[in-house]
Amino acid sequence: MTDRPLDVPYREREQSVSLERMPGRQAPVYGTEIEPETELFTINMGPHHPATHGVLRLLLTLEGEIVRSLTPIIGYVHTGIEKSCEDQAYWKVIPFVERMDYLAYYFNAQAFCMAVERLVDEEVPPRAQYLRVIHLELNRIASHLFWLGTSALDLGAISLLWYALRDREKILDIFEMSSGQRLHPRYFQVGGVVEDIPPGFEQKVRAFLPDMASRIDQYEAILDRNEILLQRLKHVGQVPLETLLGLGVTGPLLRAAGHPWDLRKAMPYSSYDHFDFKIPIGTQGDHYDRYRVRMAEMRESLKIVEQALDGLPEGPYITDNRKIALPPRHELATSMEALIHHFKLVTEGFRVPPGEVYVAIESPRGELGCFIVADGSAKPARVHMRDPSFVNLQMLRHMAEGRLIADLVAGVAMLDPILGGIDR
Amino acid sequence: MPDATGLELIAAEVRERLGGEAVVGTMYHRGQATLDVAPAAVRDAIAFLKDHADEPYELLMSVHGCDYFPEEPRLAVHYQLLAMQRTDRLGVRTRMGADDARVPSVVDLFPGADFQEREVFDMFGVVFDGHPDLRRILMPEDYEGYPQRRDFPMGGEPVLFTFNEHEMPRWYD
Repeated sequence: MTDRPLDVPYREREQSVSLERMPGRQAPVYGTEIEPETELFTINMGPHHPATHGVLRLLLTLEGEIVRSLTPIIGYVHTGIEKSCEDQAYWKVIPFVERMDYLAYYFNAQAFCMAVERLVDEEVPPRAQYLRVIHLELNRIASHLFWLGTSALDLGAISLLWYALRDREKILDIFEMSSGQRLHPRYFQVGGVVEDIPPGFEQKVRAFLPDMASRIDQYEAILDRNEILLQRLKHVGQVPLETLLGLGVTGPLLRAAGHPWDLRKAMPYSSYDHFDFKIPIGTQGDHYDRYRVRMAEMRESLKIVEQALDGLPEGPYITDNRKIALPPRHELATSMEALIHHFKLVTEGFRVPPGEVYVAIESPRGELGCFIVADGSAKPARVHMRDPSFVNLQMLRHMAEGRLIADLVAGVAMLDPILGGIDR
Repeated sequence: MPDATGLELIAAEVRERLGGEAVVGTMYHRGQATLDVAPAAVRDAIAFLKDHADEPYELLMSVHGCDYFPEEPRLAVHYQLLAMQRTDRLGVRTRMGADDARVPSVVDLFPGADFQEREVFDMFGVVFDGHPDLRRILMPEDYEGYPQRRDFPMGGEPVLFTFNEHEMPRWYD
């Protein structure tokens, strides 16, 4: 990074010669230089289309190559997870909600666990909060890496997919160390995490951090000098900030438009106020800013993970409230109390006093809210996830209408929708 | 978050503006403030909280439905309002019976409520008056019933195979 002085605005830092920087040339304004055609053409894009990042169907009305109207049709992977949750004890719901947004599984678990913790009024021990932060931020990097790889693939840079997935594998290996699972780990529990990190975990993460930082530099070096990519990202897909706020769009999409809204800073949870990190924002709100913001977020996440490892407090990793958390395994052989608690928790689960709560956290895609209604039994009466992909998808129409169909592909890529979260 | 007193002040403000019967009650639980509003007044209440209240809530983050089955009125629609400057949240809830489940839509105030109101309609059968395009969103368009209601049975639906074709009469309809 030493060859890039920081006083150069970030949008001019890349080394390429682009059309807009050549004297006398303006960036092309799409949709104007093409002769309008009178015949409209309605076409399905999807549900099975590689550029839709899942089973998303877009009903397009085209005029020539220009998208005149766009209707997203969703529900193809609706599996009724919210309904299934109503039939499970609270601690058995965690694996269900993890499968909603399947790239950000730790975030779903965190939102659900936080909501239940607030309902039963349970404090999470500091060590568990830090362990959660480490996993959440690693998961954010993994999710952004998957976004980076698939988006670059959509825009024609296939090699980046393999690079990004290679680094995501390393994060999955770290997850495997702590919980035994690479995806959907069920590591977060109500009141803490399921197990302390094993020996060697810290070294592995510490080895990963500088490695990942240099990888991000490399990816930026690949992409920022790629003329095709820049042409497809810059000045494309701007949506006014007022429209975004009206639509309830959150996350990197909102921050790229210049609004520094991040729940980790605004309403800190799980000790996020202990860490020193910045909120990257864009200036113009085009695809290029969205790409930039996510790349910068990965660097900030690396900083958070490092600080969390440095300051990882000693102490219990899960609450010692035996009504909520399972007793340690070794106590079962000697303590009748522990055996009773274990039996009650495994067979019935814990009961939650009646009430309802809405808890929101910052997922890689925006505000992930969890709404739970408890009726006093051991099963939730209602679990609802306000998934950011579901709400953000409404912005696609504003991004794509009146523009070329190739920009729609870039738009879907930069929107980063996860259909598992949209359809739930 | 407004505390319990702040919530009562907001309720009084809304009552003063929209009449005494607009606000049914208030609920303060685990640090979260929720305003219970009559179904007919919910759009006016949210419009007031958005634009004219002393401390406005300018964003709508979430709309979701809920079924408090044994209780009456059983269905509810929840709105989660957010004030970014004050980092403050307020819940607005409206409850109605299953046979007269009608609520005015807030899509004209918050375009982002479009999909979420469709989801509530899809899952609970709450009709949003004034919604521009109220169709099912997650379930198939010809689906019957409202699956998130508590009296809707849990469990799968029969899948059509050749061996059980004769057990499902008129499957081709």
